[in-house]
Amino acid sequence: MSAHLKQDKPDTANRLDQMKQGTIGQPITRVEGLAKVTGTAPYAAEYPVEGCVEGVLATATITRGQVVSVDRDSVMDMPGVIAVIEDPRMTTRAAQGTANEAPQQSPRTVCYWGQPVALVVAETFEQARDAAKHLRVEYREESDAPVDPQVVDAEEQEDETVRQGDLARAMSAAENAVDVTYTTKGHASAAMEPHAAIAQWDGRQLTVHASLQMLNYNITELADALDMEEDQVRIISRFVGGGFGSKLGLSEETVAAAIAAMELSRPVRVVLSRQQVFQCIMRRSETTQRLQLAADGEGRLAGFGHKALVSNLPGESFAEPVLQSSHFLYAAENRELMLEVARIHRMTAGSVRAPGEAVGMPTLEGAMDILAERAGIDPVELRLRNIPEEDPEEGLPFSSHKLAECLRQGADAFGWDAGPRKPRMTREGEWWIGTGMASAARVHNVGEAKARVTIKPDGTGLVETDMTDIGTGTYTILAQIAGEMLGLDPAQILVDLGDTQHPRGSGSGGSWGAASTGSAVYVACQALREEIANRVGIEETALDLADGRVIGGQTLVDLLGGKELAREGHYEPGAIAEDYTASGFGAFFAEVRVNHFTGETRVNRMLGAFGFGRVLNHKTARSQCLGGITWSIGAALTEALEFDPRTGHLVNCDLAEYHVPVHRDVPDVDVIMVEERDPVASPLQAKGIGELGMCGGAAAIGNAVYNACGARLFDYPMTPDRVLAAMPD
Amino acid sequence: MAETMTVNGSEHPIPDDPRVTLLDFLRHDLRLSGTKKGCDHGQCGACTVIVNGIRINSCLTLAAMHDGDHVTTIEGLGTPDAPSDLQRAFVEHDGYQCGYCTPGQICSATAMLEEIANGWPSDASNDLEGPVEPSGEEIRERMSGNLCRCGAYANIVAAIRDVAGEPKT
Ligand code: FES
Ligand code: FES
Repeated sequence: MSAHLKQDKPDTANRLDQMKQGTIGQPITRVEGLAKVTGTAPYAAEYPVEGCVEGVLATATITRGQVVSVDRDSVMDMPGVIAVIEDPRMTTRAAQGTANEAPQQSPRTVCYWGQPVALVVAETFEQARDAAKHLRVEYREESDAPVDPQVVDAEEQEDETVRQGDLARAMSAAENAVDVTYTTKGHASAAMEPHAAIAQWDGRQLTVHASLQMLNYNITELADALDMEEDQVRIISRFVGGGFGSKLGLSEETVAAAIAAMELSRPVRVVLSRQQVFQCIMRRSETTQRLQLAADGEGRLAGFGHKALVSNLPGESFAEPVLQSSHFLYAAENRELMLEVARIHRMTAGSVRAPGEAVGMPTLEGAMDILAERAGIDPVELRLRNIPEEDPEEGLPFSSHKLAECLRQGADAFGWDAGPRKPRMTREGEWWIGTGMASAARVHNVGEAKARVTIKPDGTGLVETDMTDIGTGTYTILAQIAGEMLGLDPAQILVDLGDTQHPRGSGSGGSWGAASTGSAVYVACQALREEIANRVGIEETALDLADGRVIGGQTLVDLLGGKELAREGHYEPGAIAEDYTASGFGAFFAEVRVNHFTGETRVNRMLGAFGFGRVLNHKTARSQCLGGITWSIGAALTEALEFDPRTGHLVNCDLAEYHVPVHRDVPDVDVIMVEERDPVASPLQAKGIGELGMCGGAAAIGNAVYNACGARLFDYPMTPDRVLAAMPD
Repeated sequence: MAETMTVNGSEHPIPDDPRVTLLDFLRHDLRLSGTKKGCDHGQCGACTVIVNGIRINSCLTLAAMHDGDHVTTIEGLGTPDAPSDLQRAFVEHDGYQCGYCTPGQICSATAMLEEIANGWPSDASNDLEGPVEPSGEEIRERMSGNLCRCGAYANIVAAIRDVAGEPKT
């Protein structure tokens, strides 16, 4: 039996608060923790499959053109080589998140350097790798493929364009005006587990162990790519070694493994090399952004302009949504926002953690710091003065809004000095010390989700959905939601995820997993509670459950009488999305030191204060914030994709050359969670968390660099060479 | 005599193909997939194992080079029923998220604490001679070869410090 909830109205009942188990929000340790720390949690490539052979992708060495021939004979005599798979159904890009259809296929047409063109299969990995290197591929190259976003005509994304009032006039009338242009370099998700798949074909059914974030979409994408029915396909992703957007959509190794397994009637494993993960999955687009702020003498914004140029391959629908939070973060009557896409032949641009705000917020918040300085107003106070009453473009109310609280509580806990600010006030030896802050904002999303919850005759619980846990804590919070609703210790609940044979969850992406799939679990539990109340002979609202029994009454085991009780919950976002603007908000504070002679920046300490609705587990939620803040450090100081200006090929395609933060780059970090209930966000009153922690944090660091040493930078990341070039004498 | 190595206490013949890395030998041939492959190039630390008491990146060494060696992997440090102190501390402090870097972090930290106990200095040490305290900065410096893209660093350091005991200074 199934229960359905389409959320059309705010849910102020806050049912979870009336439950008696007392587990929701508690910082319990992850239910799968011991499996992870003992190395017994299996990731996609690690399933022991008898007779499994190994595939390695061969990738293109031209930017644009046609594959004229793939010379199988060049490798078929090599030891162990079984086949060279070339098939028009093979995919050449990863699907965009929630695409729900096959991405670009036909590997004979090359659109970017590094695109997969064929799969070499051999008995062992070493043999396949060697053969893939030796595979001779002939191309007909088309010259002059554009690879520089600055030299092509850009397409305006018209649905992003806003023109309200007269920004030019506001700028010229402003007492304090800021008009600055920033650049940000591309980013890679660089999840620690490379994309991997093991495909098995039994003649009727295709089973694939893959490393993917959104199985409910991925199964459709895979079936579409292979021209099969969905019921012939099963995808399993029980553990995913990080995604950060790179595993939202079906990726090339999964399709290649599936085709090879069906052609050879043998299980086939394909694991991308780290270089292939960098070069043929997804990049975050580089951006060029112009920020215009027109303020009066008190720093109140009358005009706001944000224009951004991003890039992607021809035909890709995704455009880094740089302006996403700029649409509503600050009040200003006169507004101009515009997003443009340059079509170039670099690898696919797509979602990397916090698409949009990850690069849009650091520039906006850098410009706000300049405005604060010009207007002589404390940066925290400047933000407080510009918080809008309602969405300044749509006129919609906010679902909830904790920016002011986050700014105040964060400033307090950090020990923010609201006195007059000037660069170069503190020096210790070679190091300038300074502080900076920034606001955080990230739109809240929810998606359709289903989950089945069962109470077993022995009184234990089971939650089943094809939702994934990519490190976010899904296993644990779903056990807590079900435990709270059904009066069970989460340890008594088995959460079974990552299998498309289960009801379809939302998948993990856009920080929507907990609110969406958690709501499906909630809906199923609500239906179970109604049935239990029915059996007890009371109203559901009067039913108090804890520790496996009706408080003061029967146990669940007795009530079930030897039979299990199951309900499927189906949650759908409703009309409410049209009636409110929903976003997580927060504030970052950072102290840095900048070396006067080398331009090196080190983060001394950092604090983030966030409001994102109900906190489902304080431990895993805090970890999500820590992760986001760590990414903020990378985006501020080190992370930059570099492309060959001639071929558009991604040059720094490994973890030695693309610099993610390491242990010593990350200081002690403080996280404050400003608890709230957002009745619009979901029936759990919870919003997304995973991305908010990197939506603006880089600006807190950049602003601290300026406060420390007086170097005002307009290009992220703020690498030592750039800091030195901007350093005053 | 056939060449062998001892892994977590049991002896295994060295593979014939000289190209097989220690990492692939463990993960694939021995099905000890707790040791992870993040980069295959010595850039991430996910493959860290302990060979004769010293931590190394198992992707950077060939299985054929380990005749007679004693290798300890994450599976040899503890099990779900009997986890090591560090394994338990990682769970308690949420010193992971996706878990993919975690076995490498724990193997690395296990050997790293020995290095500190033996007084090996690092870039973060004040002094090349004499005892080293397991301070936050010492631990961060010594663990910097183990990347965690999930960004669990703050919790990983807390877990390690928990096991190392509070330093005197
Ligand atoms: S896999 Fe060995 S260091 Fe990355
Ligand atoms: S826990 Fe995911 S990479 Fe460290």
